[in-house]
Amino acid sequence: MTTPLVSLQDLSVQFCGNRKASALNEVNIELAAGEVLGLLGESGSGKSVTLRTLLRLHPERTTKIRGRMLVDGQDVLALKGRALELYRGGTVSMVFQEPGLAFDPVYTVGQQITEAIRAHESVTEQAARARALLMLERVQIPQAKRRFDAYPHELSGGMRQRAMIALALACQPKLLLADEPTTALDATVQIQILLLLRELQRETGMSVIFVTHDIGAAVEVADRIAVMYAGRIVEQGPVGQLVRAPRHPYTAGLLAATVGTENRGQPLMAVPGSPPDLAALPPGCSFAPRCKHADEACRSRVPPLLSSAGQAVACWHPLMPLAEAA
Amino acid sequence: MNTSSYSQAPVQDRGGPAQPLLIVRNLKKHFAVRGQALEKTRKYVHAVDGVSFSVPKGKTLGIVGESGCGKSTTARLIARLMPADSGSMVFDGEGVDEFGGIRLKEFRRNLQMVFQDSFASLNPRLTIAETIAYGPCVHGMPKAAAMQQAHALLARVGLEPAQFASRYPHELSGGQRQRVNIARALAFDPRLVILDEAVAALDKSVQAQVLNLLQELKAERQLTYLFISHDLHVVHYISDYVMVMYLGQVVETGPVERIYGQAAHPYTRALLSAVPSMDPERRTQASPLAGDPPNPINPPGGCRFRDRCPHADPVCASHAPILLGLPGEPAHQAACHLNDPASGHPAALSEVQS
Repeated sequence: MTTPLVSLQDLSVQFCGNRKASALNEVNIELAAGEVLGLLGESGSGKSVTLRTLLRLHPERTTKIRGRMLVDGQDVLALKGRALELYRGGTVSMVFQEPGLAFDPVYTVGQQITEAIRAHESVTEQAARARALLMLERVQIPQAKRRFDAYPHELSGGMRQRAMIALALACQPKLLLADEPTTALDATVQIQILLLLRELQRETGMSVIFVTHDIGAAVEVADRIAVMYAGRIVEQGPVGQLVRAPRHPYTAGLLAATVGTENRGQPLMAVPGSPPDLAALPPGCSFAPRCKHADEACRSRVPPLLSSAGQAVACWHPLMPLAEAA
Repeated sequence: MNTSSYSQAPVQDRGGPAQPLLIVRNLKKHFAVRGQALEKTRKYVHAVDGVSFSVPKGKTLGIVGESGCGKSTTARLIARLMPADSGSMVFDGEGVDEFGGIRLKEFRRNLQMVFQDSFASLNPRLTIAETIAYGPCVHGMPKAAAMQQAHALLARVGLEPAQFASRYPHELSGGQRQRVNIARALAFDPRLVILDEAVAALDKSVQAQVLNLLQELKAERQLTYLFISHDLHVVHYISDYVMVMYLGQVVETGPVERIYGQAAHPYTRALLSAVPSMDPERRTQASPLAGDPPNPINPPGGCRFRDRCPHADPVCASHAPILLGLPGEPAHQAACHLNDPASGHPAALSEVQS
């Protein structure tokens, strides 16, 4: 058993600015080197908070983080100054949802990638430029030489997302965090980006945490999926198993609510209600108010995430019991 | 305004069941692009370029396409939120805003719209009951009656009036706000509802609730929907007919099972195969299309899809294909030379036979 690349232990994040909200509640995630984890959930479920916490992007004054975060043997919460700078972008890098906002509009794409490389390694301007150009070619930007000197607004949405990936991978990170990288793109472009991410992951052997609310996109790239609800992981398992035989009622509800070819003409099996307010979570299972299997136990006690043979579920009444550990 | 001038006569069926509720002919809208002062030729975005279609009564027409293909502009032109450059509309047998036809004010009462951004389309300074009552009041309904109707509509869309009527938009979740928008659209008892990406911004579990609500309301009030979306699954679920747009033009249109089962246009096929698979064992291996949708500024002559089309031929550059009914299924139309044996495309005949 090798040590995992990423290990989050009982990670809790609380925002305590003007409004209080517990965004993450005792999240445990382990990710092996070279593994792709899909983090699936609706808005407000804590997917993006997990990624931002991994990069320590939250303002420290108003954020309370408890638990442990180990990435590549480093204790992320203890990093300071130069070590934190090198960690961000060097060990862990991120692709954002809106590439138009993530790039600086007044520098060319090439300049920004070059700058990122030089911030992390002591290389000459020329060498960095050459590597930046190579990265742009690597992400299959047509006419990379010309696009190198283009400003972000001169690129189309798909091209900008490719450039964003080039920027994120410029310093060969061991872990790539992708925060809904394809949500803002058209269907025909989305599939291109998903295929590109899969290909780059296979070539570089990096680990990826891929956040999405689209089950289809997660199935296309991930080895394993973790489903989040109200700041907790409610189910985790290999892609195939999770999609074919969900154990948590919420996962099952999500899958049933996904419109497919089969259910034309019939009413959809919608999950009633809406996600809970993170400022006032119910005392028990946070899904209990929307769950048709809920009983007293669900409303009073939070179910623990029990795992066995690579699968885990946090539910008092799973739709299918976990396999006995063989 | 005195109340007697308000006649909310129920909107009546005029043309009979066979008359399509809405016929749109050759709708066009070009936007001028702001360019340099000394530029010789002005550039135009061909947002909607000769779109014609009809929506049968009580059916749902789904419009799909990538961003920039003119879906939303088409919706706005139909609702007359902006003037069209050219084109005409016939609403239940009567020309819209034409001599002897239906007046614009009455047409707008028959047609309502629900937008994508549920927050931006509600007035933040009105409670949701006031928002729903606002339109009828402007048209002359007494305030008390309008409020009473608003409460009934809120109850119908699943928001308990006692609990929600006096709330402001920011106190609601996205799904609840979209329900309010739907209730507002129903306040006029419209016959045609345009849903412009109405469920796109909602979470999956909430999206299913709203889709169910839309289906119930349609059956209950004999509504006709124009459903605009980029989500092919949702369009498949809700539509009876589907229209596929590309760069301001209709490339294919037909009954939903034909479009999703036997798509005739290469673009439609590419669009359908770009949908992520739900089966990890059968992942997509190759991308059906390369590149992004092209810029709609001054699009090329001929077939607009030819730069991305795997079957492109010189004839595609010289002649623009027109929308033609397919053999044996005249309701299913596609604008592609491959489906027209007389087009001169070398692969045309073999494609038809296969």
